[in-house]
Amino acid sequence: MAHGDAALAAGGDGDAVMTVTSAVSTLDQVMQRWEPVIGLEVHGQLLTQSKMFCGCSADYIGSPPNSNTCPVCLGLPGVLPVMNRVAVEYTVRSALALNCEIPEHSKFDRKNYFYPDLPKGYQISQWDMPLSLNGHLTFTVDGEEVRCGITRVHLEEDTGTLQHAGDILQQARSSVVDLNRAGVPLMEIVGEPDLRTPAQAREYLVRLRQILVYIGVNDGNLEQGSFRCDANISLRKHGDTGLGVKVEVKNMNSFRAVHRALEYEIVRQGRLLDQGQTIAQETRGWVEAKGATISQRSKEYAHDYRYFPEPDLPPLHLSAAFVDRVRAGLPELPQQLAERLQREHGLSAYDAATITAEREDARAFEALVAAGVPAKAAANWLMGEVARLARETRIPLPGSGLGLDGLASLVKLVETGTINGSTAKELLEELYLAGGDPAAVVRERGLGQVSDQAELERLVDAVIAENPAAVADFRGGKEQALQRLVGGVMKATRGRADARVVTGLLRERLAP
Amino acid sequence: MSGETVGELGARLRRGETTPGELAAQARSALAALDALHPVLRYTEALTERQAGRAAQMLADSPEQAGPLCGIPFAYKDVLCVEGVETSAGSKILQGFIPPYTGTALARLLDAGAVPVAVTNCDEFAMGSSNENSAFGPVGNPWDPSRVPGGSSGGSAAVVAAGAVPFSLGTDTGGSIRQPASFCGVAGFKPTYGRVSRYGLIAFASSLDQIGPFARRVADAAHVFTAMAGHDPRDSTSSPAPVEPVSEQLGRGVQGMRLGVPREYMAEGLEPGVRTAIAAALAQLEKLGATLVEVSLPSTEAALSTYYIIAPAECSANLARMDGVRFGLHVDRKSLTDTYLETRGQGFGPEVKRRIMLGTYALSSGYYDAYYRQAQKVRTLIAEEFDRAFETVDALVCPTSPIVAFPKGDKSDPLSMYLCDVLTLPVNLAGLPGISIPCGLSEGLPVGLQVIGPRLQDARVLRVAQAYEQATAWHTETPPLPPAVTGTPS
Repeated sequence: MAHGDAALAAGGDGDAVMTVTSAVSTLDQVMQRWEPVIGLEVHGQLLTQSKMFCGCSADYIGSPPNSNTCPVCLGLPGVLPVMNRVAVEYTVRSALALNCEIPEHSKFDRKNYFYPDLPKGYQISQWDMPLSLNGHLTFTVDGEEVRCGITRVHLEEDTGTLQHAGDILQQARSSVVDLNRAGVPLMEIVGEPDLRTPAQAREYLVRLRQILVYIGVNDGNLEQGSFRCDANISLRKHGDTGLGVKVEVKNMNSFRAVHRALEYEIVRQGRLLDQGQTIAQETRGWVEAKGATISQRSKEYAHDYRYFPEPDLPPLHLSAAFVDRVRAGLPELPQQLAERLQREHGLSAYDAATITAEREDARAFEALVAAGVPAKAAANWLMGEVARLARETRIPLPGSGLGLDGLASLVKLVETGTINGSTAKELLEELYLAGGDPAAVVRERGLGQVSDQAELERLVDAVIAENPAAVADFRGGKEQALQRLVGGVMKATRGRADARVVTGLLRERLAP
Repeated sequence: MSGETVGELGARLRRGETTPGELAAQARSALAALDALHPVLRYTEALTERQAGRAAQMLADSPEQAGPLCGIPFAYKDVLCVEGVETSAGSKILQGFIPPYTGTALARLLDAGAVPVAVTNCDEFAMGSSNENSAFGPVGNPWDPSRVPGGSSGGSAAVVAAGAVPFSLGTDTGGSIRQPASFCGVAGFKPTYGRVSRYGLIAFASSLDQIGPFARRVADAAHVFTAMAGHDPRDSTSSPAPVEPVSEQLGRGVQGMRLGVPREYMAEGLEPGVRTAIAAALAQLEKLGATLVEVSLPSTEAALSTYYIIAPAECSANLARMDGVRFGLHVDRKSLTDTYLETRGQGFGPEVKRRIMLGTYALSSGYYDAYYRQAQKVRTLIAEEFDRAFETVDALVCPTSPIVAFPKGDKSDPLSMYLCDVLTLPVNLAGLPGISIPCGLSEGLPVGLQVIGPRLQDARVLRVAQAYEQATAWHTETPPLPPAVTGTPS
């Protein structure tokens, strides 16, 4: 298939890429005069085994082009869709997590448009009877609570993917179609235009992603596009209640991209409005390399999708019993969990938020505490050294050689004073991948902390005798010199001395 | 084997007088002799040979277990997908499309040992009532080759009427089995919507389409129906209800049955010859012990316009996949839009384009409420009126078509063509089972009697039809084929 001229879209980019020279001040100025109104539409692929309407795998990444297909998802003549019930359940689970109502009756509709990545020429989606309605998500930005309405959460099928010989379809000489992704269950979460700043939009997305990952319906991968976001944004005068002309922004595949694209749009629209110009209702794409949005499709080409009920699928009836069962199966959501960890374990709001950012971390935290590790120590280890190692090795704690039990045992050795912090860090580093029982290793290698008072006093005296210069410096008021002496003792014990006890002893000995 | 029934052929197979391969070869030459009528688009060749071998094996392994269709040759309409056999839906846009899968109805027939021989001509995407909308040319009626065989399953009706095969498959969206059955003087049965899986049927209007058989005997149609019917997990609209065994109903007659005659179906517009034949048929049913009751289906007059909103609306979406990207015709142009426009512009015929445009318009923003939504409401009313009628009668009996087979080229304006289906399409809107059986001749051309039953009462419809058939001889009438098309079938 070849297409050289503007196809479905309008004639190219209407305005040259704008250079935001002093983005921060300009953004501030614009936001003093104009209030942004932002609504986000999120598409999340569901973590089902199979596609929405056929038996092909929903895990298509890495398959050779068009290999993960069958007559149904290829849209061949004569085939029929069969609904994936797990996808319905996952959508209802998501909707309940987002405080939505689940109507008893729902149905699928056909959304008609031509595009090479849409094999049937229509997408099976939901129009006027979605699976859920009227939810909300609350979160905090800069200490201010934001409540964003959720218009609806509905279910549809993903399209295939196109690769163009060129940046965008309209300028491509040729394109190739890959239908491996076609028919993957896709949940659309339509947010109300309740967001007022790029930071709020970003936080909304972070929280939404977190919830979907928590409840196991989505893997939250923005880069690979399993979690995608489109933004609608318009500006209005502060105090106005009406809405300005909105622009839809697409192609943002990171939280940062969403933030930057919205900032860019606010400035772009603000400048146009300041000059007395009107905003064109259009779709714009974020181009990361240019740091700008460019026009993709104008309103004159707006589609009439001619929705009508999908005659190949009977309407859905969701019984109260089904909804109750899904609700009962919902795990504790991140916000509830963070609040409980603060309440039950005395974590700070910051620690609780960090620990609950990923469900695995929260699980690890609770397991450590259950194994007898004090909460603060558990949080510190998880947020610090363990997080670093998990990042560097790309292996999360539960899958590491050390595992949760190993970490619990290691931290307890520190808490009981058997080993000191630096020994523990070294052991963690060593055992994280290799595995092993920390207590046994400590015993075998004699890594136990030297806590014999007489032994420590002897070592302190020896170090004082061997380092007259440092002693003189300390006595002369150089506080850091004390660290050299502590280091001497640690060296003599191969790091096994309790640094606090040694410091105390040194101060005692060197006191004037 | 010309003119033999499924039962007769099956008996000969079991006596060892013939083989599935021999029957297939005879059917093939009988079909070839019909070339001047042009009912066949292509022969299934390799599949025929393979399946004849399979049937022979089944008969050899266990003649008792092999069902009544084992070894029986048949033809099917060019809208049903069979792996490895070109399927073009009578359209240039699908020329060269070879399905990589077999649809459920066909797969069940193959499992029953039936042997496909040919793919039959039809109106493009099953849209038409005369078979004149086929991209591959019209079909002649065996009773008079200058006349149409009806449509859209014209080829399937013609080959059975001419005695070349004992049964064939068609599809019925608004009358496309029953009306050609009526025009060609054979039995044509449209089962309850959802009774036979649509998986593998190239969709025209998904909520109306249904696959069904043509045969020269009701009992044969019942065998084919039985082999195909039943829930299919690949078709979410197929009924999960168990299939009532037809054999328990066949042969029980109509004694004591209440048969409704819809007043609106006997109104003006019926050709006199049709009216006469139907009146005689109704009298015959009464003589067989049925009580005739006049019933009213007042929304009938709205059925045609309702149908011509819903069916085109669905087809406008169903045919969108014919875009030249993955299969069939591809007209390469510089831009994507031009590729779509040229491929579809060259690939679809005028009637298909007309219906796509009608449907697109009916679904357009601003018109949806006035057309599509309104049509759905009327559709519900029509179904409810049938339901109410069936509270007092066991089945409905009426003409299949107000007219007999008309000359090719006679109905050049679309509306007069659409009116051909005025007595059949309400049945599709309500999802009911309906059959057409021969009940007389009008000026030498067959007239069809339609029997309509409540949803899922397919067996009852077949029972009424068979009771009539056994009391009359109209089903034994064969077309006086002119020399040009008779050939020498053995």
